[in-house]
Amino acid sequence: MSNTSMTDDNTAARADNQSARASDYFALLKPRVMSLVVFTGLVGMAVAPGQLHPVLAFTALLCIAVGAGASGAINMWYDADIDRIMERTKNRPVPAGKVTAEEALGIGTALSVASVLLMGLVINLVAAILLAVTIGFYIFIYTMWLKRRTPQNIVIGGAAGAFPPMIGWAAVSGDVSIESVVLFAIIFIWTPPHFWALSLWRDIDYAKAGVPMLPVVAGREVTRRQIVIYSVLLLPITVMPYFLGFAGLFYGIGSAILGGIFLFGALKVWRQKDEKSAKQLFAFSILFLFLIFAMLLGESIVKGVL
Amino acid sequence: MTQEEEKKKQRTRNLVVGGILFALVILFYLITVVKMTGTGA
Repeated sequence: MSNTSMTDDNTAARADNQSARASDYFALLKPRVMSLVVFTGLVGMAVAPGQLHPVLAFTALLCIAVGAGASGAINMWYDADIDRIMERTKNRPVPAGKVTAEEALGIGTALSVASVLLMGLVINLVAAILLAVTIGFYIFIYTMWLKRRTPQNIVIGGAAGAFPPMIGWAAVSGDVSIESVVLFAIIFIWTPPHFWALSLWRDIDYAKAGVPMLPVVAGREVTRRQIVIYSVLLLPITVMPYFLGFAGLFYGIGSAILGGIFLFGALKVWRQKDEKSAKQLFAFSILFLFLIFAMLLGESIVKGVL
Repeated sequence: MTQEEEKKKQRTRNLVVGGILFALVILFYLITVVKMTGTGA
């Protein structure tokens, strides 16, 4: 963010800041992203070997949610200038002038430190380190370094969104294992086709803000091809929990079908080259991730009951 | 925004912050109980 625009932002924001409501501060924490993070973190905890007292499990989830929200707030501080330009983000609390950029930074920093500390003191060191890495990765690697510099921003930056199930797993087991890495890999490989599908019809928005998303830099055709490549990679990774033995046959079959539908949707985007198929793939990608983790959660609940 | 509306919003914010702090106090109390009784693992 440039200093001039930051000063302007803050003056404008401060003038209207008195009208900030509690809901604006909550919006600063990106609640929709937070809900996905809480869900995947919960699944990581559910499928991990071992048990955690419900109060501690709730605390671990709270730390994951607050840590994710905190990094979202810091992201809004740093990206206030481009958020104001893009249609999708112009109503966020900082560009809308409801909360000042300094407040966003202050809240984000305080909550980041608090969530990592609480995780370390109450749960375990491995989960706390992973949470700190997630927050740091999202802020320093994705937001500050990659987002405005390379079309690979989503590919590498996607790691930040992929950590929560690993943190959940570590909260219960105290370690990092191949199973938790597979959960990480599912979200990591899912992220690029998910965001690129969105950027296929939001590319003008990104171009206006100077964010080098793949369709802006390399064109829509290359983006469509990349979507297909990642969707092909996603299929075997999604089924892997079954082959590694921490998911059952129900998941094995279900994930193969979902992976197949995902790939079919990606091929449709590639062949039809229209906005409708990109929107359909984007919508399905959200359902896909939810169903994949819901199946893992469902199986672990059934296993616990039987 | 009128002064009355401003005060109302300020009051709502204070209540939310107070509620969060109270919830944290309860949470820390429960964590302490769980940790002290040794059933945390």
